[in-house]
Amino acid sequence: MQAVYIARRFGVFLLIVWLAATLNFFLPRLGGQDPVRAKLLQQAALGGYVQGGIEEMTHEYERRFGLDQPLWRQYLTYLGDVSRLDFNYSIANYPRTVGELIADAVPWTVGLLGTTTLLSFGIGTLLGALLAWPRAPPWMRWLMPPLWALHAIPFFLLGLILTYLLAFQLPLLPIFGGYSAGAVPAFNWRFAWDVLQHALLPALSIILVATGGWALGMRGMMVTTMGEDYVIFAEAKGLKASTVFLRYCVRNAVLPQITALALALGQILSGAVLVEVIFGYPGIGTLLYQAIRESDHFVIQGIVFTVIVALGFTTFVLDVIYPWLDPRISYRRA
Amino acid sequence: MRALYRYVSRNPSLALGVALLTALAVFVLVGSLVVDTEDARPLSAPALRPPSANYPFGTDRQGRDLLAVMVAGTPLTLRIGFVAGFLGVGIGTVLAFVAAYYRGFVDTIIRGIADIGLTVPGLLVLIIIAVSIKGTLTVNQMAIVVASLAWLYPTRTIRAQVLSLRERPYVEVARLSGMSGPQIIFFELMPNLLPYLAATLVNAVSSAILASIGLEVLGLGPIDSPTLGMTLYWVNFNAAMINGWWWWWTAPTVIILTVFLGLFFLTVGLDEIANPRLRRSA
Repeated sequence: MQAVYIARRFGVFLLIVWLAATLNFFLPRLGGQDPVRAKLLQQAALGGYVQGGIEEMTHEYERRFGLDQPLWRQYLTYLGDVSRLDFNYSIANYPRTVGELIADAVPWTVGLLGTTTLLSFGIGTLLGALLAWPRAPPWMRWLMPPLWALHAIPFFLLGLILTYLLAFQLPLLPIFGGYSAGAVPAFNWRFAWDVLQHALLPALSIILVATGGWALGMRGMMVTTMGEDYVIFAEAKGLKASTVFLRYCVRNAVLPQITALALALGQILSGAVLVEVIFGYPGIGTLLYQAIRESDHFVIQGIVFTVIVALGFTTFVLDVIYPWLDPRISYRRA
Repeated sequence: MRALYRYVSRNPSLALGVALLTALAVFVLVGSLVVDTEDARPLSAPALRPPSANYPFGTDRQGRDLLAVMVAGTPLTLRIGFVAGFLGVGIGTVLAFVAAYYRGFVDTIIRGIADIGLTVPGLLVLIIIAVSIKGTLTVNQMAIVVASLAWLYPTRTIRAQVLSLRERPYVEVARLSGMSGPQIIFFELMPNLLPYLAATLVNAVSSAILASIGLEVLGLGPIDSPTLGMTLYWVNFNAAMINGWWWWWTAPTVIILTVFLGLFFLTVGLDEIANPRLRRSA
């Protein structure tokens, strides 16, 4: 039974990957743009003189990139490449490959988003639980309206405001980038400190917004859970308040939050594209922004594909481990 | 009047949301009477002036009068949101009713597409679509691009609501008394879902605006229209933050904040009407 369940879930995962690859392949080709020629013309214009051989060069590059073959063959080649995680060369940064560019950017994004997602989940869930708990200190009620309001603001807008206040008016933190302009990336304390300082502002703008969402979700679940008979029974038995709170209420109310956390972790690569663009943070979002400005299709496709695969994979893992987290759900089909 | 006051004090979120959005509407209406929106084009004012009596919101680097940009751009951004939101909820409602009322094969297909579509990060798919379209987008094309994904979420949530409604006794009675499927959908189910549909619509508009601003900030928007998102794109493009041109991004930020907070409080208020059971246990 378990094997069948896992195999079905894996089938869905493969389906998502295939759909993503197909969408990725056909949509840009429907638009009928010609990135190679556009790039060559742009470079010729930069050089300041008119190039006679543009047509020949376009053909040569198209042959090299395989763009002159019939569509179905390009599609099959593409599916083959993608299954080996080979996304071809970057058109704008030739001869670097798309894979290299993405591999450079991923750690920055995962580091920033992974930390902020876990932190805001932890803080938000705890806050939400306390907000619903009648014995929580009364000042906590005042946290509710600001959390709500912050929750409605897009990350990157809060980022703009925070940058102005904390980096421009009071120059406490660096304004831009992932590390200082002169710093050499290396594994030492100075560089780590530099990176941390640069990450604080983007992280803060994400955490402030996201915490509200987690708190609202947890509070809602807590209110429902506290109305359950077993909680009333636990209180009637005279259990300690902390036991009722942690073992009876939080333990059960946190389950949907964990589902949401897993989904949020799947969104790690795409969650803060705009925040990265605003802060010039050297992650996936900034790479995507540059690729769009240079109409570097292979990079855009590579990023979209990587993100979708990461997401599909997280969903798959979640589906497989969820019955273990919540024993009420079994591997059997409902 | 007193009844209205009583209701508002019970549902302050709704009042706050309506008030914020009304303030915005008044700003745009009065603004369009006072300001010449032609000044939202480049080179119609001296460049990079901080706010003054002549240019209350200042001017940007290309010589746009930012007050005129805001007066012209706010309705454009809202239009994208409303067109995409209405299209999304409209398509979503039809699909949801068809899926949930008739069940079977159609339901499996519609639910499958919505479920898979929702796992994929929307902004990225929109980016692929926007990149694929040749040339620059117009404001209406922008709305349609955003709408192409805006129906997924309404479809799923409305379907769930219809599924629970169709088992109610009054639907059973309607069916036994010989009403046809479409009749039951329009005269029995729809009226009961209206408050819920309204809340879904406000949500859809809000996420459509967010998606459109996202695309615009990335440089995929209507380059020659002065929408709020395009203004932020130029802010970022010209590094206005580092250069200390604070007035350039303040105006669009404040307006976008008002839009999102207004729509958010409106949803909270409508939710309270739609799901009385969710009422906050004080």
